[in-house]
Amino acid sequence: MDNQITISKKRDNWIIRTLKSIGNFFKLACKNKKALAGFIIMAFFLFMVIVLVWVFPYDPTPDPLNIFAAPSAEHWFGTDELGRDLFRRMIAGSPSIISIAFLTGLFTVVFGVVIGMVAGLVGGIVDRFLNFCTNLFLTVPSFPIMLALAQILTITDTTLFALLLSIWGWAGLARAVRAQVISIKERDYIQICKVMNMSKAHIIFKELMPNIASYIIVNFIMIMRNAITSSVGIMMLGVVAYDHTNWGAMLNSAQAYIQNPNAIMFWLTPVMFIVLFQTGVILLSNGLDEVLNPRLREF
Amino acid sequence: MEQEVVKKKKFDFKEFCKKAWYFICQFFYKNRYFFKRLGFALVTILFAIMLTFLVLTLTPNNAIDEYAQYLVDTRRIPIEEARVLAVQILGYDPNENVFIQLFRYIGNLFQGNLGSSLRFPGVTANSVIAQFLPYTLFISSIALFISFFLGIFMGSNMVWKRNKIKETAITSYIVVSSAIPDYLWGLILLFIFGCSLGWFPLTGARDPTNGLPVFIDLLWHACLPIISLVIVQTASWALMMRGSSVAILGEDYINAARARGLPNKIIVKKYLRRNALLPLITSIAISFAQLFGGSTLIESIFNYPGLGLQLSYYIGARDYFVVVGILFFTSFIIIIANLIADSLYSIIDPRVRRDA
Repeated sequence: MDNQITISKKRDNWIIRTLKSIGNFFKLACKNKKALAGFIIMAFFLFMVIVLVWVFPYDPTPDPLNIFAAPSAEHWFGTDELGRDLFRRMIAGSPSIISIAFLTGLFTVVFGVVIGMVAGLVGGIVDRFLNFCTNLFLTVPSFPIMLALAQILTITDTTLFALLLSIWGWAGLARAVRAQVISIKERDYIQICKVMNMSKAHIIFKELMPNIASYIIVNFIMIMRNAITSSVGIMMLGVVAYDHTNWGAMLNSAQAYIQNPNAIMFWLTPVMFIVLFQTGVILLSNGLDEVLNPRLREF
Repeated sequence: MEQEVVKKKKFDFKEFCKKAWYFICQFFYKNRYFFKRLGFALVTILFAIMLTFLVLTLTPNNAIDEYAQYLVDTRRIPIEEARVLAVQILGYDPNENVFIQLFRYIGNLFQGNLGSSLRFPGVTANSVIAQFLPYTLFISSIALFISFFLGIFMGSNMVWKRNKIKETAITSYIVVSSAIPDYLWGLILLFIFGCSLGWFPLTGARDPTNGLPVFIDLLWHACLPIISLVIVQTASWALMMRGSSVAILGEDYINAARARGLPNKIIVKKYLRRNALLPLITSIAISFAQLFGGSTLIESIFNYPGLGLQLSYYIGARDYFVVVGILFFTSFIIIIANLIADSLYSIIDPRVRRDA
């Protein structure tokens, strides 16, 4: 009787269980200084996308009196070549950039993990075929093709752009996941599960996934970083139709004014924001790697 | 007795064939993994062509119409006639089946023509590569060389020396340099050294008017692109080297060398670094092959006339046959370099013989 009560107490609602595990995860992550700093920076960008867009609305009408104004109380980061506020312009461009980064990470991880897992688990001819596809996507240079496709599809839709970036980015992750799955597949606990005739779903989600979860999370963050680098790069080349608030587009138009000493804030502002974002991402991924990776974890 | 030995053996054709066949079989059998890889490489190249070709030509393109319009304007002929003429001159018909186009393209490849331009008659991918590849190779191979040596030095020192200051210096360098993408480094360097201080030229690869010797002039123009490439690449080489050095550090021969009282310098130089370098051979081969594609963004920042900038120009002009040609060239070199690196690796490191 007593025993039964304890068991029923242990079995919480699944919502509470997931909340608890997320809470544990944050507790662990906040102990690490790097991860904490990364979290704060990412939270700032999230705040920027959700709140600051409404607090500082962007006004695209030119203001000829304020061309290349220095930073002041009114214009925090100065103004651009038409006298528009740079800080507001950056904020107006941030939702598309951040959502491209997030969606690219999501799509790439889904493609990479599914393909890598199928290749690793099924084996045989499927594995060979998928491996061949992976090699193919790794050998064809991705940046020029992305550039060409981005130009053809005249990207305005962030989801489409993210899909485009992830179609040419899943291969490396798929290969790594496949290698991990193959090495884990032969371990004793998986073999025991097979002997005990447990379902495939149980083996995949309860035994395999927790083992590679940390790897996937760290990769997700690094893919976000690469997505920012390449999407800003594509926009910066100026062959793609774009929204002028995009950070890459800002860099593209700022390049023309690099010799003008008054215009220093024009190109420095996007550079600062990109660098801040990338630093946050790197700190977060290094910190999470230390927290989650069982080999590096300190007890 | 002696005469019997000297007596010449009669040439036996059957015997010879047998031996030759045996020899050939043995040769193929011995190198069967190499040939398997070679076959795979060829199939990969074929599929790489198909992939790039189909992706780029299935997209809408109005080159023929534009050229026909140009012919109408210049020669004063009716539009239908001009269209037929344009198809003949450019050798490309957008209404044709894509697969027929693909087969014709592959046929052209065997004749050494990587693809001709749709916008500029007479310009081919071959001529573009021949003209602009040297500049790209010049900056990126120097950058690769410098960053590789700096990187392996940093990476092996990072694991060995428990010097707190040095370690934090190297780690923070890696974080900072990987936080800023290479094209932003380019922009920052261009502003500081090009505009503010005026030490380096802002654009181009050569300037015949300044009266410097050609090589020094080239190097002077290439300095900033090379530095911005080096800053970013060094960090990734250092990280890679650290990874493989950590794996070596636990080996018995390192402990044995320490126990024998060898000086640290020799252990790092002869035991650690050499063994840790082995796994990097594949990556250096592939990085070298990737250089042939050019670094589009760096070249565009410095307006450097390399292959990457040309590639982005032709993409911008929607001149896809030239683009396909350049991409095919790059992926061909990557695949071949991969093949060579894999084969070399099993020769250099006997522990990973065969297809590990």
